[in-house]
Amino acid sequence: MTVTPTSTQQERRSRMKESPVARYERMVEIRVCEDTILQLFRDGHVRGSTHTAQGQEAVSVAIATIAAPTDWVTCTYRGHALALALGLTPLAVIGEILGREVGCTRGIGGSMHLCGPEIGLLPTFAIVGAGIPVAVGAALSASVRGREDVAFGVFGDGAANIGAFHEGLNLAAIWNLPVVFVCENNLYGEYSRIDHTTPIEDLADRAASYGMPSEVVDGQDVDTAVQALRAATERARNGGGPTLLEMKTYRYAGHSRTDEATYRPPGELDVWQARDPIGILGRRLVDDGTIGQDDLELIRREVEVMVEAAVEEALASPEAPLSEMLAHVTAGASTAGGE
Amino acid sequence: MTRLRFNQAIVSAIHDEMTSDSSVILLGEDVAEAGGVFKTSEGLLERFGPERVRDTPISEMGFIGAAVGAAATGLRPVAEIMFVEFLGVALDQLVTEAAKFRYLSRGQVTVPLVVRASCGAGLGFGAQHSQVLDSWFRSTPGLKVCIPSNPQAAYGLLRSAIRDDDPVVFLETRSLYGDRGEVALGDDGLIHLGVARLERQGSDVTIVSAGQLVKVAIAVADGEHGWSADVIDLQTLTPWDHRTVMESVGRTRRLVILEEGPFSGGWGQEIAYEVAADMFGELRAPVLRITCPDAPVPFATGMERRFLPSSEYVTDQITELIDTARRPLPWWQETGNHV
Repeated sequence: MTVTPTSTQQERRSRMKESPVARYERMVEIRVCEDTILQLFRDGHVRGSTHTAQGQEAVSVAIATIAAPTDWVTCTYRGHALALALGLTPLAVIGEILGREVGCTRGIGGSMHLCGPEIGLLPTFAIVGAGIPVAVGAALSASVRGREDVAFGVFGDGAANIGAFHEGLNLAAIWNLPVVFVCENNLYGEYSRIDHTTPIEDLADRAASYGMPSEVVDGQDVDTAVQALRAATERARNGGGPTLLEMKTYRYAGHSRTDEATYRPPGELDVWQARDPIGILGRRLVDDGTIGQDDLELIRREVEVMVEAAVEEALASPEAPLSEMLAHVTAGASTAGGE
Repeated sequence: MTRLRFNQAIVSAIHDEMTSDSSVILLGEDVAEAGGVFKTSEGLLERFGPERVRDTPISEMGFIGAAVGAAATGLRPVAEIMFVEFLGVALDQLVTEAAKFRYLSRGQVTVPLVVRASCGAGLGFGAQHSQVLDSWFRSTPGLKVCIPSNPQAAYGLLRSAIRDDDPVVFLETRSLYGDRGEVALGDDGLIHLGVARLERQGSDVTIVSAGQLVKVAIAVADGEHGWSADVIDLQTLTPWDHRTVMESVGRTRRLVILEEGPFSGGWGQEIAYEVAADMFGELRAPVLRITCPDAPVPFATGMERRFLPSSEYVTDQITELIDTARRPLPWWQETGNHV
């Protein structure tokens, strides 16, 4: 891989590593983007489906804070948040979801297939669990080539019951590979609550079957998540092998845009929103005097203006030319079949 | 030239690529310590060490996924699937992940992966260990498919497949592993993907075949029955060599396609269509496909022998085609053969 991040991407990434305010800004940016994307759907600007991650911002931001730009990340179809956290711009993400040329893959992938290899993001996976063994392979590559890169396999609780989870964790363990498995347990696999599909409460318990260290982490508190990720990543980078981190979190929206999440017990959403990741970090920053309450509102307004501008630019962008459809199927070939 | 068995040619190809390119690794079930159950990796562990030659658990989804991830991030993995049927449990990784990465990343993430798999009928392995299953892969844009018919092709095609920047499914017909032949090693022995080989030249008919049935085509081609045939060994099923086929049929004006696999969905359909569409009116007889019946592979000796087209059967079919300019019925549609 010879692709390098743009200066904007580098700047977006490095700022978050250094500053808790930047992490706060990014969480707000993700929230505003996700709300905007759902609105764009309602307004008829987007086709197909989309899966938003309001409420799960802290996990994505924590991963991007800890991962080095040369590390690899495999991510799910609920991937806008992680893509933004890792450094893709709102224009690249929203443009992609709108299917426009300014999108990160020029509109070829859409909402479920964001991509940014220059920032370590492999094409995001629309098959539950598929990214887990691929992350193991990225770690194998680092190991064989004598590099210190770490792979982050990020997936939801639903993936913990698919074969790829078991096979991937088992392989990583027997080969002692530098992978951090990050399970975002948002309590729902599609429309089904986890207690209907899974006989244990803590998915982290499954790591014991692979002789792998694990931790249950408060995924609503970005600082706690960063701490757990830092320890697991250092272990991986120093030859200590893989770790399974279970981030307890919550998906405010339904599974996809058409899902109103009527299956949730009444009050559950309120309980989780009382521990909103943006609220937790914002209060902490104000309480410790880093910034003032006014600054929080200012940040929100600035982000809204920026995202609105990105939406305008994306909507003004054309679709890529039709020739793009036939490009990059295989090396050198433009169409299947003929010479 | 060196006299090698087909399986030794496979070992030589992997050996030579591993020697010239340190990013090539081999992984699969029993490929390291045991040297491969079909002796297709004998001595490679001793030569290249356990970092690059890896036994895996019985875990195809896991290790094919890991091979995809490794290929996407800097290695050139060769993954061995013991029997091609076992790819069924890893199909997602090959068809839905590996074949899509280049496309979804606009050419930035490539998957230089070779999945080798033994295949084919004739040895009494029964219904779940005797298929070719090329149709699973041919219908997926983004994948290439090879099927060598002799030791030279095994060596030359495999080296090219490993060097190729796209995922290649490399089908090795199990009944050929013990076949011996003179093999040109080194660069002289390379065979480009997508290039067919004209094995025999005749004047009355073109027989296009691949894999183990190329031997049958050669056996019947020599004019003993009042006609002689061009024999084309396709070698690569996707992308297939239009030019060689068209040139030959342009001369002989009759086309017979001899395929291992069920009648429905076989690779010959596409060739039959292209030839019929481009040479309508020039052909002296309808295109004839000689295939296996639409049935799973049976175990009993006599039945399995009947399942695969024999020299006698192919001779009779082609003789009737030339004599009558009509398509002869396949054996399972002739009176008295109905079940």
